[in-house]
This record gives sequence, C-alpha cells and structure tokens, in this order.
Amino acid sequence: MASQAHVETLALREQFDTEAQQKDASTLGMWIFLITEIMFFGGMFLAYTVYRGAFPMVFAVASSSLALILGAVNTVVLLCSSFTMVLAVRAAQLGQQRAIILFLILTLLLGGVFLGVKAYEWKDKFEEHHIPGPTFHLEGVATDQQGHAQLFFSLYFAMTGLHALHMVIGVGILTFLIFQTRKGRYTADYMTPVDVAGLYWHFVDIIWIFLFPLLYLIDRHMK
Amino acid sequence: MITAAVQEREHYLNASYGIKSWLLTKDHKRIGLLYLATITLFFFLGGAFATLIRIELLTPQGGLVSSETYNKLFTMHGVAMVFFFLIPSIPASLGNFFLPMMIGARDLAFPRINLLSWYLLVIGGLFSLFAMLAGGVDTGWTFYTPYSTTYSNTWVIATALGIFVAGFSSILTGLNFIVTVHTMRAPGMTWFRLPLFVWANYATALIQVLGTPVLAVTIVLLFCERVFHIGIFDPVLGGDPVLFQHLFWFYSHPAVYIMVLPAMGVVSELISTFSRKPIFGYRIVACSSLAIAVLGFLVWGHHLFVSTQSVYAGMVFSFLSYFVAIPSAIKVFNWTATLYKGSISYATPMLYAFGFIGLFTIGGLTGLFVACLGIDVHVTDTYFVVAHFHYIMVGGTIMAYMGGLHYWWPKMTGRMYPEAWAKLSALVIFLGFNLTFFPQFILGYLGMPRRYHVYPEEFQILHVLSTAGASVLAVGYAIPMMYFIWSLRYGKLAPANPWGATGLEWQTASPPPAHNFEETPVVTHEAYDYSTVIGEVIEVG
Repeated sequence: MASQAHVETLALREQFDTEAQQKDASTLGMWIFLITEIMFFGGMFLAYTVYRGAFPMVFAVASSSLALILGAVNTVVLLCSSFTMVLAVRAAQLGQQRAIILFLILTLLLGGVFLGVKAYEWKDKFEEHHIPGPTFHLEGVATDQQGHAQLFFSLYFAMTGLHALHMVIGVGILTFLIFQTRKGRYTADYMTPVDVAGLYWHFVDIIWIFLFPLLYLIDRHMK
Repeated sequence: MITAAVQEREHYLNASYGIKSWLLTKDHKRIGLLYLATITLFFFLGGAFATLIRIELLTPQGGLVSSETYNKLFTMHGVAMVFFFLIPSIPASLGNFFLPMMIGARDLAFPRINLLSWYLLVIGGLFSLFAMLAGGVDTGWTFYTPYSTTYSNTWVIATALGIFVAGFSSILTGLNFIVTVHTMRAPGMTWFRLPLFVWANYATALIQVLGTPVLAVTIVLLFCERVFHIGIFDPVLGGDPVLFQHLFWFYSHPAVYIMVLPAMGVVSELISTFSRKPIFGYRIVACSSLAIAVLGFLVWGHHLFVSTQSVYAGMVFSFLSYFVAIPSAIKVFNWTATLYKGSISYATPMLYAFGFIGLFTIGGLTGLFVACLGIDVHVTDTYFVVAHFHYIMVGGTIMAYMGGLHYWWPKMTGRMYPEAWAKLSALVIFLGFNLTFFPQFILGYLGMPRRYHVYPEEFQILHVLSTAGASVLAVGYAIPMMYFIWSLRYGKLAPANPWGATGLEWQTASPPPAHNFEETPVVTHEAYDYSTVIGEVIEVG
C-alpha cells in the first residue's frame, strides 16, 4: 500500500491506490448524489402533500382528468427500460461489448418513447386549457376553486417536468456511454461508468414509480 | 543554506507555473487556495456593506441612504456573507486543503468534481455580483414570500440563481468529503483515529448533502412563482407563503451548523495542539458533531414561532432546539477539560480558540433564550437575534477560521506569519467584536427592531458604541490581510511541524509536495498522541 503516485489511467486515477478503491469511491459517490436528488424532489413531494391535504376534493377531480392509459403505458415503458439497463450492466460485467451497445440503445429508445408520450400528454393539456395561467379552466370544479385546481397542475408540471429533465440528462449519459463503449473503453475489469449510470437510470425510474400513483391514481375513485 | 535547499525543493506551489496550471488544477491544495481567494473577496465585499450599514445607524434620522437602499444593503450583506463566505469558508478552503492530508490521502476522491465545485461557486458569485452591481436586491437574505415573488422590484431572480448555483458547489464539496473519508483513509487510519477536524467536516458534509438540495428546490419553486405565477406560495390561488419559510429554514437552519461545525473542528485541533494533550473524551466529541448534524434537521420550526405555525408545533420545536445545546455543551466542556493540567502556550491560533470558546458560549446561551417560546415572541426580529447569530457566525465561525488560517498558514505557504502583529490583531478583533455586538443584545432587548434605519433617539448611544466597535473590528481584519500577504515573501521559513502537532499534515514538508507525502503514511497511533512528536518541535525543513 505504500505505493507512490502511479501513471494515471482511466481505470485507475492517480489519487487511488487500487481499482477496487476507485470503484468503491465512484459507487458511493453516485449513491450520495442520488440521496441529494431524493432531497431535491422531496421539496416538491412535500408541497404536493400539503396542498393535497388542504384541497382533497379538487385534487381528486384534477387528478382524474389526467390520461390514465398514457401514464400507465409510460410506467410500463420505463420499467422495461430499467430492465434493459440491467442487462447492459450485466453485459458490461461480462465484457460483451456488442451486447452493452445493444442494450444501451434499447434503453435509450425506451427513454425516448417515454419522453414522446409525455410530450404528447403535455400537448393535450395545452389544448384542454389545463396549463396554469390566465386561460386555465378545469371542468367540474367550481369557479372559486379553479385556483386550487391550478395548483394541482402547477405541481403536476413542476414534478413531471423535473422528472423529464432528469430523463433528458439520462439520455445524454446513455449516448455518451454508447460512444465510449464503441471506442472499447469498458472491459470486464473496468465498467464503473456503466454501473453508476445504471444506478442513476433506476433512480429516475423510481421517481416515476412514485409520481404515477400520486398524480394519476390516488383518489380517482372519489370522482 | 537551508533557504536555498527549501526553495529548490519541488512542492505543490512550484510544481508547475502559469495561470492555466491554477485554473485547470486538480490539486486539492491549489483548489483550497482558489477558494481562499474567492471567499476573501466576498468577505470584504460583505464587510463593505456592513460598514455602510453601521455608518447609517450612527444617527437615528436615517439620513445617509434612502430606506430602499438600506434594505438592499442589509440584504446584500447577508447574501455575500452567508452564501459566499460563511458556508464555503472553512470546509472549502481549509477543509479542501487539509482533509485529504489529515487522512493520509494524495487527493480527494474526485479532484475534477472538486475543481468544478469551485467554478460553480465563482459562477454563482458572479450572478449575485451582477445583481448587486445592476441595482441590488432588497428582500433580506431570507427571500420571504410573497414579497420576493410578487412585490419586490429588484434583482431577486439573478441573486437567487446565484445562490442556486453556489448551492451545487456546496453539495459537491460535501459529496467529495464523504466519499473521501469513507474510501481514502491511509492504512491504519481507523474512524476513531481521525482528527476531530475531519469528523467535524464529515458531519458538515452530511448536512450539505442532505440540506442544500432542499434549498435548491425551494429556489426553483420561488423562480416558478415569480416568473410564471404558478401559485405555490400565492394565497390567491390557495397557496401558502409560510410553506416557503418551512422549506427555506429546513435548509437554512442546518446551514448554521454548516458554518459552525467545521469551526468546532478547527478549535479541537487548536486546543489539543496548544495544550499538548489529547482532546478529553475524543469519541464523544467526535460523535457530538454527528449529533449536531442530526438534531440540526429537527429544529427549523423555531424560526416560525410568530408565523402561522401551531402553538403545539412551536412547543415541540422549542423543546427539540434545547437538545442542540447538549452536544454543543459537550464540546465546550470537553475543550475546557482538555486544558486542565495541559501545557498551554498562547500562540495566536490558541488566542483565537479561546476567543471562540467564550463568544460561542455567549452565542449558544442566547440561542437558548430565543429558542424559548415566550422570550422569542418578545425579541423576534429585534437586534437581540442579530447579536445572537453574529456571536455564533462572527464570534464563532470567523474566530475559528482566523485561528485555523494562522495555524495552517506555515503549512500552506511555507512561511511563518509575524507573531507579534498576529497577537495584536487577535486582541483587536476580540475587543472590536464585543464592542460591536454586545450593545446589540441590549438594543434588541429594549425593542430596537432589525432591518430599520430610522429609530428612536434613546437607542443612539448603543448604536454609536456598536459602530465604534465595527471600526475597531475592521482594523482587526485589515491587519492580518496585510501581514499574511507580507509573509508570503518576507515571513520566516516554516519548519515542517512548527507547533509540534500530531496530525499527518505536519509529517510532510512545508509547503507539501504535489502528492502530499513522499511515502503513504501508515498510522499506528491514536489521534493527538503527543508521545509521537517529542523532539520534533524545533526541527527545520
């Protein structure tokens, strides 16, 4: 262990002594980053909880106006993308370059489908005047409670928008990984970037697993 | 002869030259110095705003600046000092430099992320500087809604974005520290052999990582509210402005511990080194840092005693706030116990450590006053609160920061500072500080509200005392600035271990080589074991 600063490689940066140490550091770093992300989303989940508690009936009506089928389809799409991501990580562990690329591209495509469906949903909201602002109107809600309904949609757009932003960043990371894999950067001994990108992708997936029931499902029966 | 030898030796300062070698450096020591320069700039900027505030308050009529300008002055003083000086201060400069060395590592775990976090602080700082130069911001550093979202006609967005970006700097530093302490410790450096400065920075990093993202999302919501009027904080749409206060203080109360925990870490190092004894109850002092970090997240509601918070919530928050006093008091008592029968020397860093203990005790005890529901209703938004938190932040954090800067200056620069001048300025700072802020306790108790520049004439004498103290304080801060710069060229050459301290950072040359240690150290002793350094005190080189 009394080794000196060695020649730096991708697989072993100069500040580390062993590959195992570097992998531990990278993995722990990503987990801690994900914890910060939970706290970041947490602020919005808190705001949602507070206002849902304050205006339960209006939130129920507003919630049932969301496109349940599209949301459910997107949930399935995202779960499948997590599955292909796991396969990519597995392929990286086994050092199968072509399989890594295949599964990363599949993950990328599924992520793209999710974003496409999301964009379509948002477009519908525009046409239905469900965008918060002067022209906002939600059917089935009394005039004096339109503001509360607007609050639901503000939160809906803030939360799904922030989630979509993370998806876009994830797509960027996947693209980067595909190019790096083609250059032969990752081997069975060094595949940490694929591994930690996988953690990130699953995290974004899990956020949606919470968003979907909160925004689309809860209190649907109350209508 | 020694001089020539030392100057020819390669170390982190002469390993490479040129502006690029600094702006693209991955060396934690150089990044620490970049931080030091940046926060010094903001310290004096914030100090300039404070100077204008104190001059304005010399007279009760409020004649020097308009009310609008006065609002901007205290806001920008707060923003510059809190977000761009106090929060990065000790962790990002001294912590960056010494945390890896103290655990026997060559660098932090993620050197490039470390550099990125400095750039984020600079970018955030530039946003806020732009806002200050373009016309300022007048919401108070707390950005309370609905004033900040609806009514203020100043540069709220630019300032808030600056704080948002700087927040990620803080998050990344915290992340880097946590991973480094977990994965980069030298052989034999077990958790309970870590210097207490490392423990304190580790606890701080936990708060940075868990708290700062909440500030970030709060600023995102503030931004959406101000730009798109989404209604989250707007009562017209059913939103609640007080929700902002909850979110804001969920970060900003723990942020107080981001400021003071590293300071406590510095003081532990100083007290041990200059009384030549291990810190009494090392383990419990280490754990008390963690306890403060955890408890700090449970007390934010004591900032909302006079908001719409329920009385019962207030009682719970009041009760929990008292708990923070326990680990804080443990530290103070254990430092005192360490001094008992110690071989105490009164070098400058130790003077600052003594200053810290006294002033932090006053700041902490008055913290109990304001955590008490009944008294807080009386002193809310008065100068009592201003005095209380300045005793913690200036009397606590800056005292320790100055102490740490003197203590580690020889290691950072390879030069000693002039001891006589340093002692003098430590004394001037201590006296100036008390003269500035002690009258403010009385002012506040008598009912002088904060953030007003027109006040009843009966308060003038106390305000004049405070302004006089601020002038003394300014001189106290100017002297070290000058002799530190002077010492870079003319200071005596520093030996590797001028204080006879035990930390690993003292077992390498001053200034250290680019990779910190010629050979990775192997740790065989507990922290602060002075039997290991006997005879090393006067060794040169």
